Amino acid sequence: MTSSPARTLGLRTILVLVFAFLYIPIAVLVALSFNAGGLPTAWSGFSLKWYASLAGNAAILQAALNTLIVALVSTAIATLLGTLLAIGIEMRRQYGKGLEALIFAPMIIPDIVLAIALLSFFSLLDVTMGLHTIVLAHVVFNLAFVCSVVRARLKSFDWSIVEASADLGASALTTFRRVTLPVILPAVVAGALLAFTLSVDEFIIAFFTAGAGRASTTLPMQIYSMIRFGITPEINALATIVMAVSITALTLSQRLNRGVIGQ
Amino acid sequence: MAPALAWLTALMVVPCALVLALAFFRRGIYGGIEYTFTLENFGQVLDPLYAGIFLNSARIAGAATLIAVIIGYAAAYAIAAAPRRLQPVFLFFAVLPFWSNYLIRTYAWIVLLNREGLVTQLLRWMGYTGEPPSMLYTEGAVIAGLVYNYLPFVILACYAPLSRLNPELAEASRDLGASALTTFRRVILPLTVPGIAAGAVFVFVLSIGNFVTPALLGGGRFQMIGNLVYDQFLTANDWPFGAALAMALIAIMLAVLMAQALLADRAAGRAKEAEGGADG
Repeated sequence: MTSSPARTLGLRTILVLVFAFLYIPIAVLVALSFNAGGLPTAWSGFSLKWYASLAGNAAILQAALNTLIVALVSTAIATLLGTLLAIGIEMRRQYGKGLEALIFAPMIIPDIVLAIALLSFFSLLDVTMGLHTIVLAHVVFNLAFVCSVVRARLKSFDWSIVEASADLGASALTTFRRVTLPVILPAVVAGALLAFTLSVDEFIIAFFTAGAGRASTTLPMQIYSMIRFGITPEINALATIVMAVSITALTLSQRLNRGVIGQ
Repeated sequence: MAPALAWLTALMVVPCALVLALAFFRRGIYGGIEYTFTLENFGQVLDPLYAGIFLNSARIAGAATLIAVIIGYAAAYAIAAAPRRLQPVFLFFAVLPFWSNYLIRTYAWIVLLNREGLVTQLLRWMGYTGEPPSMLYTEGAVIAGLVYNYLPFVILACYAPLSRLNPELAEASRDLGASALTTFRRVILPLTVPGIAAGAVFVFVLSIGNFVTPALLGGGRFQMIGNLVYDQFLTANDWPFGAALAMALIAIMLAVLMAQALLADRAAGRAKEAEGGADG
């Protein structure tokens, strides 16, 4: 595109304004998490006391532990199933539109609909809800994401090396372990990191499938209730930590699998 | 493959089918479900009270979509016009906030719009002395929250066609005497419609079913369909009606997605013509 100075200036202004819009709210939140004062909005000096008070808050620690358990278990299951699903689909290309729709549906169905569907399902079957039902639910959407990240990688996979391995007498399992897996491993790890982040951040489905009681409260549920029932500066500190964790995991995921997430 | 498909069938297809079925039953006298077939729930969805909430949701989601598309398109255009090597960096930082927790991003707006928040302090600093303006718990706050949360996706969706634009097309248009505005309106805009449509559909669909943003930034004063579904399931205990509302939500979504597919088809046809014209 040809550029005049006025046009360049205009485009730069747009970029600065948009990035300001995107980052000022987050920056204010992070800055206030180091605020000494009790007021959540007025600055009165640097302090780490809200981080210290988080460390002493039993409810938040319990929620963090629950979140970690849910995220780790659902990520492990979704990564295994999602990878196998991706390989299965790419190996036999004659899958139909229906299968495609089935796999992508969890990415498209509104959270609230999937959440109430699972709630109705679990209560109809009289399943006691808790961390295990959150895990079951999280795998549903995590699967879709892992599968699509791994599939993107498999698109450029040279299947003749699998045949070569089989010709040389390797069993299907050996071929998978020694040939297929090493090639797609970055995508599998990227998919797992994505699933982990989504699971750590997920709120609505967990909220509906957690059942009653504090025992199965996850961090997002904890944050939601903290926001609704009285704002304390602790939220700023908690929000900063959660954001740092998500952004680190996703940056790693993005590095491992350039561009796939953005598509 | 089989275990993954079994998982999706058991925990997605069956539960969703169950919700569809629920919508055709009657609510029991003491809550719960009475298994007699009825279409009452769908009738109730059309009741002026609830239809009003649907319209209100559509209005709020529509406003958020419009604003997000304007800002997002401008940002995508600016990124696409930046030096090639900077584009991936800009794009990465444009999408990064999208990957942090939704609740936290929404909460950040409570901090900003609070009576003594940054916006009020900025106004004070600029010489404003009156009462702090009430910005939180308004419809504007809800719309701002929705725009903020979904903007990165619009940028991404609009960037894709903008970065693929053949610069020769714009040049040809200028050579033929078109002004910058005409070139934009007649050449660039039509070719990037699929991206705009994809971004717009995403914002609209996610906004119209949202319940977190209206609950937090609207202070519970602005009911949207999502809040209504939430209430029916967790407060009113009227699952059949809640299920019917959810089905109506899905129907709206499908209609919007279908309209987008049609539009994308037509735009693809036009793009082909334009490319053919440029080559020939």
